[in-house]
Amino acid sequence: MIITFDWLKDHLKTNLKEKNLLEQLTNIGLEVESVESLSGDNQLFKVAEIIKTEKHPNADRLKICDVNIGENEVKKVVCGAENAKEGLLTIYAPPGAIIPKTKTKLVVAKIRGVTSYGMLCSESELNLSDESDGITELTKEFRKNIGKSYFSKSKSNLIDLSITPNRPDCLGVRGIARDLAASGFGKLVDLKEKKIYSKNRHTLKVKINKEKGQGCTAFGSCLITNVKNSESPKWLKDKLISIGQKPISAIVDITNYVMLDINRPLHAYDADKIEKGIIVRNSKSGEEFTALDNKNYKLESGMCVISDNKGVLGLGGIIGGTRSGTEFNTKNILLESAYFDPGSIRNTAKKLNLDTDAKFRFERGIDPLSIEDGLNKAAKLIKEICGGEISKIDVQKIETYKTKKIKFDPNIFEKISGFKISLKEMIKILEDLGFEVKKDKKRLELTVPSWRPDISQEVDIVEELVRISGYEKIKYIEPIKQRKKSTLNKFQKLFHFLQRSVASKGYLEAITWSFTDKRYNDYFRDTNKEIKIINPISSELGVLRNSIFSNLIMHVNKNLDRGFKDLSIFEIGPIFSGSNPGEQNTVVCGLSAGKKSRLSWIEKDRNVDVFDVKRDVVQTLVEVGYNSEKFFIDNETPNYYHPGKSGRLFLNNEKNQIAAYFGEIHPNILKHIDIKTESLVGFEIFMENLELPKKTLKDLKVKFSFSDYQKSERDFAFIVNKEVKAQDLIDTISNVDESLIKDIKVFDVYEGDNIPENQKSIAISVTIQSSERTLNEKDLEKINSLIIKTVENKTGAKIRS
Amino acid sequence: MSDLKKIKDEFLSKLSGKLDISEINQIKSDLFGKSGLISTQFKKIGTIAEPERKKFASDLNIIKDELQDLINSKTNEFKSAQINEKLEKEKIDITLPERSFVRGKIHPVSQTIDEISSIFSEIGFSVEEGPDVENEYNNFTALNTPENHPARDMHDTFYLDEKKQKLLRTHTSPVQIRTMLKDKPPFKIIAPGRTYRSDSDQTHSPMFHQVEGLHIDKNINMGHLKGCLNYFIKEFFEVDKIKMRFRPSHFPFTEPSAEVDIGYEMKDGKIIIGEGNQWLEILGCGMVHPNVLKNVKVDPSKFQGYAFGIGIDRLAMLKYGINDLRAFFDCDYRWLNHFGFDPLDVPTNYRGLSR
Repeated sequence: MIITFDWLKDHLKTNLKEKNLLEQLTNIGLEVESVESLSGDNQLFKVAEIIKTEKHPNADRLKICDVNIGENEVKKVVCGAENAKEGLLTIYAPPGAIIPKTKTKLVVAKIRGVTSYGMLCSESELNLSDESDGITELTKEFRKNIGKSYFSKSKSNLIDLSITPNRPDCLGVRGIARDLAASGFGKLVDLKEKKIYSKNRHTLKVKINKEKGQGCTAFGSCLITNVKNSESPKWLKDKLISIGQKPISAIVDITNYVMLDINRPLHAYDADKIEKGIIVRNSKSGEEFTALDNKNYKLESGMCVISDNKGVLGLGGIIGGTRSGTEFNTKNILLESAYFDPGSIRNTAKKLNLDTDAKFRFERGIDPLSIEDGLNKAAKLIKEICGGEISKIDVQKIETYKTKKIKFDPNIFEKISGFKISLKEMIKILEDLGFEVKKDKKRLELTVPSWRPDISQEVDIVEELVRISGYEKIKYIEPIKQRKKSTLNKFQKLFHFLQRSVASKGYLEAITWSFTDKRYNDYFRDTNKEIKIINPISSELGVLRNSIFSNLIMHVNKNLDRGFKDLSIFEIGPIFSGSNPGEQNTVVCGLSAGKKSRLSWIEKDRNVDVFDVKRDVVQTLVEVGYNSEKFFIDNETPNYYHPGKSGRLFLNNEKNQIAAYFGEIHPNILKHIDIKTESLVGFEIFMENLELPKKTLKDLKVKFSFSDYQKSERDFAFIVNKEVKAQDLIDTISNVDESLIKDIKVFDVYEGDNIPENQKSIAISVTIQSSERTLNEKDLEKINSLIIKTVENKTGAKIRS
Repeated sequence: MSDLKKIKDEFLSKLSGKLDISEINQIKSDLFGKSGLISTQFKKIGTIAEPERKKFASDLNIIKDELQDLINSKTNEFKSAQINEKLEKEKIDITLPERSFVRGKIHPVSQTIDEISSIFSEIGFSVEEGPDVENEYNNFTALNTPENHPARDMHDTFYLDEKKQKLLRTHTSPVQIRTMLKDKPPFKIIAPGRTYRSDSDQTHSPMFHQVEGLHIDKNINMGHLKGCLNYFIKEFFEVDKIKMRFRPSHFPFTEPSAEVDIGYEMKDGKIIIGEGNQWLEILGCGMVHPNVLKNVKVDPSKFQGYAFGIGIDRLAMLKYGINDLRAFFDCDYRWLNHFGFDPLDVPTNYRGLSR
């Protein structure tokens, strides 16, 4: 909502300055978004006349115009507009002027070799309208203004307010003035509109159909006959221009003015173009009409339309139609002032994707008792400016407005706000805001003003009182430093631990969007369902991600393009399995690309590989507190991993829930994405599948026991079939004697010379120690042969001699 | 006697020369080996007659000690010469680079969430979470924003079905609803998380982060709200004084509602929080609307309290001087490295938010 201080003063008597005004507006909840100066610079734009044009010698489309800018001064201006011709009255901008639209400052410039002193402006360049075809054409009345500034001198700045949706009353200057006055910023001017007393009959019949979902509950109107539509008088034009609106014609300008002044939208019809009478009714499916925005709208059933015998004239409260629009030659006017239901307006406008000033106001709620005031005010202005005769006012209603009453307990104010104001002060504020107040023992009986649809219960009254008395009166109550419940639950603690644990392994944490490109998502979707967003911001962000890899790989690729060769990034966040709330899981997902020790003088470089990510996953889970000796790992992984170089990890061999996947990303995906790196490995840890730690650190640190008896290490080399897994040997050995076997390490894996085809050699070092005594050679020999025998029996291995 | 003296003189002279370790060892075995000269003399002690035996034994021991000490010191001398010689050779260029290491980082949004949680933890808030996909009821209707409410226009919503029943939450406020439906009052929670609006330009990202706050108890009023936020902002920006302004606003789920501005000034192109005469809007808040309490079966005549919503990304931008919101989600390696935090920098109550 744009206002000026000058306009406000039509409704508000005050001696205060604009600076105070801006502060006060914000203090009472009418936030000042911006203040823009319209005065000053715009005084440079002058009414001027083209007295001669000639063709530019070096450009077909350009003309050199001699422009009379008053006081016998003529400037040469190069102009490209087709309508630039001798005798045209237009607007001239001298060098130094700042063009409102582009905010550029004009300078004397040579255009194709001819010097141009200033510019002739289009309406669009001056922000007067969207008309950018040609320069502004002024009517002959402006001849007497040649040399004078086109814009009236205005001291008022343009103040843009952000009005919250609960305050439709402040979409009119008067509403704002009322709030200001209540807050002590001046006095509201009494402007009771005098009623029109007319003997002329209203000859157009208006009917509101009583049907289900009727969006119009009252329709007031009057006829004004024998008018002569014209340009608006200067005061009216200035008023509209002062808030950045473009004057059109007296009748349109008057309806706009009344709307902006008292937030009462009106509509003027050319009465001669209405067939017989007005019928307000629900639209039928498929009905069409051309609206004033020159677009053709096809209606669904149940939209509130204003129609006549021939069909739809307009959408009630949203936009009128071209068929019955007023023009300069309009003689007889039907002026409409109606009440439309906010919900109905909103539904219709949404379906048709229409946004207009009237719609914006009606959907927030117009004062239902302003119908006659609006008609009175506008009809009188029309008569004053365009002449004619006003008929009696006719108001059709299918519902009567019921005043709202609230019983207000004054004690509630302090209970909610935490501070006190006197009852006297409360009553004054409420009365200034337009409430009728009656004292009733302990309570106030309030009648809510008809322009406040937002007020319906006691807490609404509290808000009014706090707002007007000032939020600065609210005290600061220091918070108490006391904790009754732990801040994080176990899952949240796990989240934070995992996040920092993975980061500590050299991964940079990324946060990417929860949605992604369908194409990338498909690479990592595996067998999951695709979840589409109905109205994505772009087709590349059309689905919720089924895996974090989709976004991460995209960003790894971008970083590779930026010239980084070795990089590790991770994200911890949601992936989605369905479109219902809760069908999501928290995943820690990392990607590592390139080499280790690239360009190192001391270490040999190598590609990052699956055992790097395996370490990161296992170490992270161990740091969290899981026992790696219990982990069970196999190679069943989703299709986006390299089938031979990837693994699936369970926290124990019950294999209930998959704790993590890790491995090389499938080479087909790298090929499709065209990612250029020596190696790309990744992992996913599924948080919901991790059993939350049951024991606290305190519980874990109970007894410290160790053996001081001598330990022995024995090495074994087994030859096994290729399919046999290292894990199988380890498990078998550890089961031989859990009390004596303390540690098992694989220190070599070998295939090739001296080993039969399809077999491999696995070398294992076993640490043997008793917690009761020092073992002698005989004991050791016994366990050695038991290990060999058991492994050979269980895995088909042969000890290598 | 002369025997001993002879041995002594002979070996003292042998040990006075420059010897290597094998020569020293040879001498050692010549003297103290099984049939070494000194060992042989010791065996003789028993054969010597009583009057002389004592003196012989004493002299022999003195000579033995003398020779043994000399051998030991010769050995040590040799070994240290050897080490010195080795040290002489083992000089490296210590300016050559160390073995490579990699450093991970925590994203500034994650760090900021931890900072926020740490601050609110101190005054008794616990952390709650809710799903990113919400139903229309929790996101709007339950929050006193029925269908056809113009306030819905302020939230450009991503929908997941044609009926517009399922959506990506446009704010963290539905966590209020979930929390209050799940438990009984009092409530004192914050709820950080991802939020979504179909808006995208320099200052808007289709995904961003919010933290919701909710404190419901008997007699919690606007003074508590003001005190809580003032405390938070001071702690968060790590300044002693903060200029804060509450001004009326409107949110359907709170009444009265307020927006909060903080004072700032620009110094050398950087925002300094807490000083100056400029105002910056940083959050929205208010007293939870009785309609919302009714929707979650909390009796508004018995319980009341406040709620607030803060943009986390914006807080991070202000605190750490980040200019472009979109960069948060662009994963530029250089940006993540520059604005990221070391994982060891965990914000806590006792060691503070930062170093």
